[in-house]
Amino acid sequence: MSNVPSDLKYAKSHEWVRVAGDVATVGITDHAQHELTDVVFVELPESGRKVKAGEACAVVESVKTASDIYSPVSGEIIEVNKTVADNPALVNTDPYNGGWFYKIRLSDAAELNSLLAPDAYKAQIGG
Amino acid sequence: MLKRTPLFEAHQKLGGKLIEFGGWEMPVQYTSITDEHLAVRNAAGIFDISHMGEITVSGDAAAEFLNSVLTNDIRKLSPGEGQYTLMCNERGGVVDDLYAYQLSGNVFFLVVNASRTPDDVQWLQKQWEAFPKKADVHMTDASHNYAAVAVQGPRVAEFINECITIPSTSGMRVAKVTDLKKNQIGGFPCHGASVLVSRTGYTGEDGFEIVGRDDSILHIWNLLLEKGKPFGIKPCGLGARDTLRTEMCYPLYGHELDENTTPIEAGVGFFVGLDKGEFVGRPVLADQKANGVKKKCVAFKMAEKSAPPRPHYPIWVNGAKAGEVVSGTQSPSLNAGIGLGYVPPEFSKAGTEIEIEIRGRRSKAVIVPKPIYRKG
Repeated sequence: MSNVPSDLKYAKSHEWVRVAGDVATVGITDHAQHELTDVVFVELPESGRKVKAGEACAVVESVKTASDIYSPVSGEIIEVNKTVADNPALVNTDPYNGGWFYKIRLSDAAELNSLLAPDAYKAQIGG
Repeated sequence: MLKRTPLFEAHQKLGGKLIEFGGWEMPVQYTSITDEHLAVRNAAGIFDISHMGEITVSGDAAAEFLNSVLTNDIRKLSPGEGQYTLMCNERGGVVDDLYAYQLSGNVFFLVVNASRTPDDVQWLQKQWEAFPKKADVHMTDASHNYAAVAVQGPRVAEFINECITIPSTSGMRVAKVTDLKKNQIGGFPCHGASVLVSRTGYTGEDGFEIVGRDDSILHIWNLLLEKGKPFGIKPCGLGARDTLRTEMCYPLYGHELDENTTPIEAGVGFFVGLDKGEFVGRPVLADQKANGVKKKCVAFKMAEKSAPPRPHYPIWVNGAKAGEVVSGTQSPSLNAGIGLGYVPPEFSKAGTEIEIEIRGRRSKAVIVPKPIYRKG
C-alpha cells in the first residue's frame, strides 16, 4: 500500500505539495513512483520560470516511458533539486524528501484549496 | 475485446501490470523492468509468449512453397532444426519476421508475431493461391491451439531438465532438453500431452521456448517457476523483453521492420538466401545487396547524460536531420541510453558521432557495433 503523508496536499495527477509560508515544494507521490518504477531520468524546469497550475513543467522517465509532471500550483520556480537530477533513483526510494523536484513561490495561495487532502487522494488511488 | 492467454490469471496473482500488445492483454512488468532484465542476464527469467502466432505448413511441396515466400534458404534445415527468416512483399518490404522449424520431412512450423498473424495468414494464402503445386501444400493457422513460454538466462540449463523429464519423441531426438543445441527443436511428452521445445529466444541469453496446449503450458509455467526458484528465476514482462532484445539489436516488427523496409536495410541480410532461387522480393533485395541501400539500421549509445532515446526522436548528423530513432530505452545492463535508428549509409559506420533530439534539445550519441551489449 502506498504511503500518503498526512501533512501534504495532492494533485489528481499524482504530485504532492508541501507548503511553508508562500513557498511550496513539489514532488511525485509514492503511488506515482511505484507505478512508474525504475526512474532513470528527471528533467527539471529552469529556476526563474513562471508556471501555471496544470502546466507540464518537468519530465520523469522510467525505462519504459516518459511522463510529464504538472505543476499543482502557479508561481515562479525558485529552486530545483539538482541532487535528484544526478540520482533519479531518489524518486523511487525517497519520494517525499530526497526525491523532491522543485520549490515554487506561490502566486495564488487560494489554489491550494482546490488540491486534494490526504484522505481524498488515498480514496483516488484506491488505498 | 482484448485476447487473454491461459496464463492471464497467473499474471494477476504474480502482480503483473497488464497492457495491450498486438490485440492481447499481456504483462509489461511484475516488479521492475530493470530487475527482470538483470534476472535474465544473470540467472533466469520466464516470459509468457502465448500471443505469438503459429502456422503449420505440410505436404510434399511444403519446403518448395516456403522457399518461394521466405527469405532464408529452408533447405539448410534438417528435421528438428529451425532458422530465423523473413517474409517479404514484392517491394522487398517485410511482411513479418519469424522462426521456421522443420519438425519432420515435410512438416514445417512457423512462429510469427502476434500483431502480424492475420496479415501473415492472408499473405501466405495469397501466395499459396498462385503456387503451381498448391495441391501438395497444406497450411493451417494453428495459433488458437497453442500457448507458449520462453525461459531464458544463463542458469536455465541447470533446472529445465527437472521440468521436462522424458526424452523427445519427435523432431530432434534427444534424451534430455539440454541436449538440444541452439536452434534445434524437439517434441517432448509432458503432463499427458506433447510440447515443442526449441533452444531459441529473443534475449541474447541461453534459453528455451516451449509451445504446447493451454493446460500443458500452464503446468510448465508453474513448474519452471518452482524448480527455477533456487536459481533466481523471475517472471518477466514485455518491458524486459524489449530492453533485452534492444541491447542485442534484434529487430521488432513495427519498429525496425515494416512493409516499407527491407531486410537488407534492417541489417538482417544474413538471413536472405539470394542464391537459393526465386522468392518474393528477391529482385529488390538482390539489387540492394549489389548497389547499396538508401537507409540503414544502426545501433547507437548516448555519449552524454540525457533522457533515454525513444522511438521517433530525430537523429542529427553534422548539424542536419538525418534520420529517426525506431527503438530506444535506458539499457539496464549498461546503465546508459541506447537505441536503434535509420540513417543514410554514409553515416552508418561505428564511431560516427550523431545527436539525438530529445524534446527539442540535442544530445550527443555515437554509432556502435551490433550487438550493443556483449557478455563479459
